Amino acid sequence: MAEAIAAGGERRRRIGAPPPLAALIARRIAISLLLLLAVSVLVFAGTEMLPGDVAQMILGQGATPQALAGLRAALHLNEPAWLRYLHWLWGLLHGNAGHSLVNGMSVATLVGRRLINSLRLALFTTVVTVPLALLVGITAAIWRGTTYDRVVNMLTIATVSVPEFLFATLAVLIFAVRLRWLPALSLVMRGASFLELLRAYALPVATLSLAIFAQMARMTRAALVNILSSSYVEMAALKGVRPIRLVLRHALPNALGPVANAVALSLSFLLGGVVIVETVFSYPGLAKLMVDAVSTRDMPLVQACAMIFCTAYLLLVLVADVIALLANPRLRHR
Amino acid sequence: MASDVRAGEAGWHVEVANLLVTARGASGVSTPIVRDLSFGIARGEVLALIGESGSGKTTAGLSLLGYARPGCHIAGGRVRVGTTDVLALSRSELADFRGAKVSYVAQSAAAAFNPAQRLLSQVVEPALIHGLMSRRAAEAKARELFHALALPDPERIGDRYPHQVSGGQLQRVMAAMALIVDPELIVLDEPSTALDVTTQVEVLRAFKRVVRDLRTTALYISHDLAVVAQVADRIVVMYGGEAKEMGTTGTILEDAQHPYTRSLLAAAAPPGVPEAAADPAPPLLDVADLTAGYGGKGRAFIPVLHGISFAIAPGRVLGVIGESGCGKSTLARVVAGLLPQTSGQVLLDGKVLPARVEERTREQLRAVQIVFQSADTALNPARRVGPILARPLRFYHGMRGAAAHRRVGELLDMVRLPATLADRFPEELSGGQKQRVNLARALAAEPRLLLCDEVTSALDTVVGAAVLELLAELRRELGLAMMFISHDLSTVRAICDDIMILYAGQRVEFGSRAALRQLPRHPYTDLLLSSVPQLRQGWLDNLGAMHLREATGEPTLEDGARPCAFVRRCALRIEGVCDRATPPLRYLSKGGTILCHHTEAELSLEEVEDVAGPAQGASAVPDLE
Repeated sequence: MAEAIAAGGERRRRIGAPPPLAALIARRIAISLLLLLAVSVLVFAGTEMLPGDVAQMILGQGATPQALAGLRAALHLNEPAWLRYLHWLWGLLHGNAGHSLVNGMSVATLVGRRLINSLRLALFTTVVTVPLALLVGITAAIWRGTTYDRVVNMLTIATVSVPEFLFATLAVLIFAVRLRWLPALSLVMRGASFLELLRAYALPVATLSLAIFAQMARMTRAALVNILSSSYVEMAALKGVRPIRLVLRHALPNALGPVANAVALSLSFLLGGVVIVETVFSYPGLAKLMVDAVSTRDMPLVQACAMIFCTAYLLLVLVADVIALLANPRLRHR
Repeated sequence: MASDVRAGEAGWHVEVANLLVTARGASGVSTPIVRDLSFGIARGEVLALIGESGSGKTTAGLSLLGYARPGCHIAGGRVRVGTTDVLALSRSELADFRGAKVSYVAQSAAAAFNPAQRLLSQVVEPALIHGLMSRRAAEAKARELFHALALPDPERIGDRYPHQVSGGQLQRVMAAMALIVDPELIVLDEPSTALDVTTQVEVLRAFKRVVRDLRTTALYISHDLAVVAQVADRIVVMYGGEAKEMGTTGTILEDAQHPYTRSLLAAAAPPGVPEAAADPAPPLLDVADLTAGYGGKGRAFIPVLHGISFAIAPGRVLGVIGESGCGKSTLARVVAGLLPQTSGQVLLDGKVLPARVEERTREQLRAVQIVFQSADTALNPARRVGPILARPLRFYHGMRGAAAHRRVGELLDMVRLPATLADRFPEELSGGQKQRVNLARALAAEPRLLLCDEVTSALDTVVGAAVLELLAELRRELGLAMMFISHDLSTVRAICDDIMILYAGQRVEFGSRAALRQLPRHPYTDLLLSSVPQLRQGWLDNLGAMHLREATGEPTLEDGARPCAFVRRCALRIEGVCDRATPPLRYLSKGGTILCHHTEAELSLEEVEDVAGPAQGASAVPDLE
């Protein structure tokens, strides 16, 4: 009978089987690409809606109507929006994001260096924050309900509630202006020593870390608490499994999916935080470039930066989803 | 398992004295959930803790491992296992003690196994972390236990992940995990409750054999007296956190003293209602050749129901029985219009009922009402009982204000609830009260056909029996026709005129309650009926090996063949016939139909042989009347 049940079960599974793992991942990637296309429409439409006239910005208030009209024609600003969108998209697909309207340089060149700077900032923040947040989240979940858990809870709520511009401003005021321990601006010269590098990055990284640390720790704790209250963890405890093994062997492997999602969501928050932090610390990153481009109505640059941010976000979420798919034993072993 | 095991106070192998377990509520007030509980278990004895949900039986069982669920606290008393004073152990000593001296088998094996680890590594873990044996020795012992527990493919089943194994098998694998350390005590917490009856018998048999062979001392927690009667030497009846009665299994079954125990016994065997006279009137509901399933629209279509036909005459009750996944609930959803069928027709009063609920007229909607299994999720937690009941009154009858208010009172009265309940929120009601409100909500429409989907399954035995009684009364008073869906034969017996047996989405047998009592039956019906535990000792032991046999070995199925749905488990299957062709519909002389390749004469021969077999004590077939 038992064989019969198992066989029946297998048959049922075959009929209603979810698609194989590779197909699921492929589908997830395809959805991301579709989303990216939708995002490109939104980005283009969004920049279209920005008030102001590029030609006016470039030529200044004293420009003659003829000069303005000539420049508009030269910049293809008179073409209908959908045509300009298709031109832009076509260019993007070929790695050509166009030229800056303001100084005529290729957008790729402008963005390139800045992107590396921003990535470096994000990388430092990630390296500092992720292990710390996971550690705090996991320990808070293990010792839930204890004083430690409550203190962590209060501190994380407190840091979540402080906006990063306030923290950044206060940090500059205290550490740079009053105490003069750290530079107020994060400008790293070529050939700077490690210590100088550290000093330059300390404030922006701390500000960014604080913004995402709390969220990551809390979400990790929530994901793990969910699993720690499951039947199989209770069962393991009743088998005499000690707490450390309980968490490492029984709970964490099952928490991988939710925790990856928590980390990805928090890291995606970096993308917003970086705009403020780079502006406050005058850090030569992508976000600073984008903010400057908005103020000069340099649309191709704004669009390129926006697309990069959106792609980064989609990439993060995609990676988290793929990890969650891979971590699911039901999909890995059939 | 001798039933007369006795031991003096000092001779108990396991002893619980004056146990007090408290739970801290949201307001910080501690309330006792187990109080002043004392019992002893002799070595090699099986003691049962029986009671309804919330009676504290699981809490009491867990305290034998020195464990209290989060929010609970073992506040007093003494627990001794062998020579160990469990409540005096430190945290670290407890970890050494749990899983080594006392093992636990949880109710739902599907939830209690870690989905990310292979079964074998979970089964040997207790032996390894307590340093009792080497991995190689532990794995060998695990395979031995898999053999002893009659698991299929015992050499390799451990390499599977939990989701790759059926529920009944998982439950036995968990027993192996508990037994691998040769514990002094094993605590079994409702180990067969979540299983289908046919599976439950197999699991109970395997447990009983192993526990007897190994002379394991066991605490068996259950709500089901009939199951407990098969496995326990002595029984402790718990109610509201206290032991109400204690005695040998025989005494409790034959000579129960406490009123609660008596109500449990009465509820375990609800009296059958007299069958309604067969009505020559045209059927109220006529379902013809219904096929339905899930999926489609880009996803793989999973068929659930295959060619189901039946009719329900006005005022009659049709019982639909089958194991989980057989399509019972899907059938109710199709009739209610929640899931459009892929083919076939549903006729109400001879007129076609549109497949989708949106296309049905208000009158058609009113006529067919559904009562869902779980009142917890079926009632809107944000609304009071009054508005919940008033809404269908306004929708179907345009009733408002004082008239609606009066009618709500009448409806509550109809389901035997006080009218004052109208001001309460669902979460302030007990499970039984919620189910009655759920029923009143359906009755508010004044339906002609009530679809009851496992309406008593989530309730405790006594409460469920009362709801069942109410349904029988309502049927008498209102002349309601019902489709009563259940996995439990005894509840169906209590209320139904006709019974339809579903297996894998096919109607394998259909007939009146009286016809189902008689042989011959479809082999699946036979298996199902004889698997229902009966409220007498020795039922499981005397169950003939012949009677409950299922097929062994896989039939060789050819691609494209449309075999009988039951072919894999059927002991009477004919090679080359049952695995090739769809069985024909046969009309039996007892009344009713079956789907089977065997002729009536062949079945009569086989099944009579079974019942009269020498291994049989009393008839293994439960009385349907």
